[in-house]
Amino acid sequence: MTASANETAVHHSSGIVGYHAHLPAYRLDRGEIAAAVGASSRGTRCVAGYDEDTTTLAVAAALPVVSRRESAVGSIWLATTDPVYADKTNATTVHAALDLPPGIVAADLGAAVRSGIVALLAAARDGGLAVLSDRRGGSVGGTDERDGGDAAAAFLFGDQAPLALVTGTASVTAEFIDRWRAPGTPEGGAWEERFGEQRYAELTRHLLSTLTGAGLDLIGISRFAIAGINARAVRTVAGTVRKATGAALEGGDLVGLLGNAGAAQAGLALADLLDAANPGETLLLISLADGADALVLRATDAIADGRGDPLRAQAARGVTIGYPQYLLWRGRVAGERSRRPDPDRPSAPFAWRNRRYKLSMAGGQCRKCAALQFPLPRVCYQCHAIDEFDSVSASGQTARIVTFTVDRLAFSPSPPLISAIIEFEQGGRLQCELTDVRLPLRVGDPVIPSFRRGATVDGIHNYLWKARPVYQEAPAPSGDAGPEREN
Amino acid sequence: MGQHSLSDRVAIISMGCTRFAEHFDKSADELAVDAVREALDGADLTSDDIDAFWLGTYVSGISGMALARPLKLVGKPVTRVENMCATGSEALRAAVHAVACGAVDVAMAVGVEKLKDTGYAGLISPRTQDDGTRVNTSAPANFSLLAPAYKNRYGVAPDEFRAAMTHVAWKNHANGALNPRAQFRRELSKEAIERSPAVAGELGVLDCSGVADGAAAAIVTRAQDARRYTDTPLYIKALSLVTGDGSGAADPRYDYTSFPEVVECAGRAYVEAGITDPRSELALAEVHDCFTPTEIVLMEDLGFARRGNAWREVLAGVYDRDGDLPVNPDGGLKSFGHPVGASGLRMIYECWLQLWGQAGPRQVGTAHRGLALTQNLGGAPGECVCFISIVGSKLG
Repeated sequence: MTASANETAVHHSSGIVGYHAHLPAYRLDRGEIAAAVGASSRGTRCVAGYDEDTTTLAVAAALPVVSRRESAVGSIWLATTDPVYADKTNATTVHAALDLPPGIVAADLGAAVRSGIVALLAAARDGGLAVLSDRRGGSVGGTDERDGGDAAAAFLFGDQAPLALVTGTASVTAEFIDRWRAPGTPEGGAWEERFGEQRYAELTRHLLSTLTGAGLDLIGISRFAIAGINARAVRTVAGTVRKATGAALEGGDLVGLLGNAGAAQAGLALADLLDAANPGETLLLISLADGADALVLRATDAIADGRGDPLRAQAARGVTIGYPQYLLWRGRVAGERSRRPDPDRPSAPFAWRNRRYKLSMAGGQCRKCAALQFPLPRVCYQCHAIDEFDSVSASGQTARIVTFTVDRLAFSPSPPLISAIIEFEQGGRLQCELTDVRLPLRVGDPVIPSFRRGATVDGIHNYLWKARPVYQEAPAPSGDAGPEREN
Repeated sequence: MGQHSLSDRVAIISMGCTRFAEHFDKSADELAVDAVREALDGADLTSDDIDAFWLGTYVSGISGMALARPLKLVGKPVTRVENMCATGSEALRAAVHAVACGAVDVAMAVGVEKLKDTGYAGLISPRTQDDGTRVNTSAPANFSLLAPAYKNRYGVAPDEFRAAMTHVAWKNHANGALNPRAQFRRELSKEAIERSPAVAGELGVLDCSGVADGAAAAIVTRAQDARRYTDTPLYIKALSLVTGDGSGAADPRYDYTSFPEVVECAGRAYVEAGITDPRSELALAEVHDCFTPTEIVLMEDLGFARRGNAWREVLAGVYDRDGDLPVNPDGGLKSFGHPVGASGLRMIYECWLQLWGQAGPRQVGTAHRGLALTQNLGGAPGECVCFISIVGSKLG
């Protein structure tokens, strides 16, 4: 067991300087999942698109956080229970997509639920970026599949105008069997919930006394949130903490709205806390996973200005898909094979040479005639100048659809493939695939680049930038029209 | 520096062309032998009489041995060439240049393609190893970008443009129905064309050309020697090739309503051949109708119609077999079929028949004009290769 609090812990950073929770576009009615196995259930869960995984969700969460302060990122700690690769680091893909400088560490934590809070604790220590990202499944029709959720959240720690100061951390570790899963399989195991409930109740008492012993005034806490995948334990501990602190529980309804995002749940809970916090309030985040961990924060005056797209606003958007679509996207059932050849695997040397475009969405601007082009070429298409380019990035830039087509013949893991010519507002045109499209599309519609996973061949995932339409309005009630169906 | 006209220096003295079809019973080698044999027999020559060979094939063979092996050519220079859908024409271009420069007396161009052995739908293009960032769109998807862009630019109503696309498919099938060597020899109703299943964008299956197997061949020699071999020579008036730099997608000035490569290529071809008004001077044109909107746009790029006007002229029947300028009287890619490496030579074959009045029930009434155009387009809007030939039945 270890414990530290504000007096004793060594913090190289003073607090959170930016954060963003990211929800994928799709929602699935739990009742529909349950009905497949003759059960019933309430609420919805978040679903990642067919071309999203924990790495792409991580990039989507982190991009707005690191934008325009890339040089302030001291490290990347990527937490997930569903790593895309083993042996190969996934945080390096995130590092490349965020176009961060090479001189920092980027590491995976996982594949346990606890890695989520641990990423926060690690990033708090070294002024790093904690990215908590998860895609949760389970037995077909089962409770884990229903109650899981796909989401990511990113938190950048540092000294420059923090939104919330880290005022304490504490950790208690314990070994017991509550939830478990073999690597690479979606079906997890669960012991009788009451066993874990008792363990987590004990651990929380220990955690709170550790915090108190380190000088934290529990009564001064304004809001708290609890994350964990033992739902019974989370409910019980929430009652205990409310009694001990008198504070308001935030995010008690998140799991019902979005599903439990595993290692990312602590991130959603913290983002929701920060979204609700007023300047000066003390916030407590507790994670229940093979122990208990706490992060104590005090919101600063900067909190109101540091919020991006709040979690609750994103939760209110979303496109409902049907359960068969979900099963196809997750590969739980196999669709008909295309009558076209399988794609080739990307060449590792080629991808490495072209990494500035493929992973970082960078191109070049001609110094002679100012034309923007992607990727950065040797020869300008317009004035034919050779090797006269400055690097430019299209990441985060809005573009407009110049023209597009719906391709029902080409290979796509989720047909039809929709490709478009897009033109960035800063200039520069390119052809790319569109994703998260709700037909009908129109020429002139705004889109933004989105980091996605293309085909997987020989176990190599073809990461690349697509573009997704920017939808401001709430979608039309679904049920009649899935995202890939034309009106 | 400059490009110079080869007009009237080289003539085609004989040709061969297989039926374009799903030749499940024939290999690429056998198709090549069939086309070459017909060409040799037509001029009463043997392969020993040919000084050099060029084989055009897109995906069906590698190196000149893909022709030397089936024909058992011994001690001959044989070269394989490739330039997407201009591949067959590229073989002809090489053979013509070899004769024109005096390197050889008699040369042969052969185009062969075997596409129906793959088991896949549509055309399967070879891809070089890459990093996976190129969007893997199909050919119909690439060309489907023309229709909305054209309608938008010229304010054409959707049903009007649809009717023009349908007319192109209907016309080319009606022509192909009269052609014993065409892949599809059946007229199609306009209703059937418009009801066909969606493939990409606004294109249905019947807006797309046929994927076929086939071969075609041409023997060329110096123009002044042509009459020693045949009474029906076809004189090369112009060969023009423009290879795009592939910048259409990147260049904001490109709007998907035209093929700038075709405009450039046609301009040079007309200068070489001394043509000032193609619409009235040409007896016919065989153009790259890979998809129905392509043929509409090509009518403008080739100077047959004013900008924004081709759809109207298509509907008025200007390019029908009995129109002012018959286009694709043999059925075109649409109904004759498109074995990529053979198509360029197939077009020339039709010009040869038509200009000498040997096209039977599909004979055009304009043959007396004496000049015909063929055109190939490889690639996609914004990044393509264009080849144009002008051929004629008379010298001068």
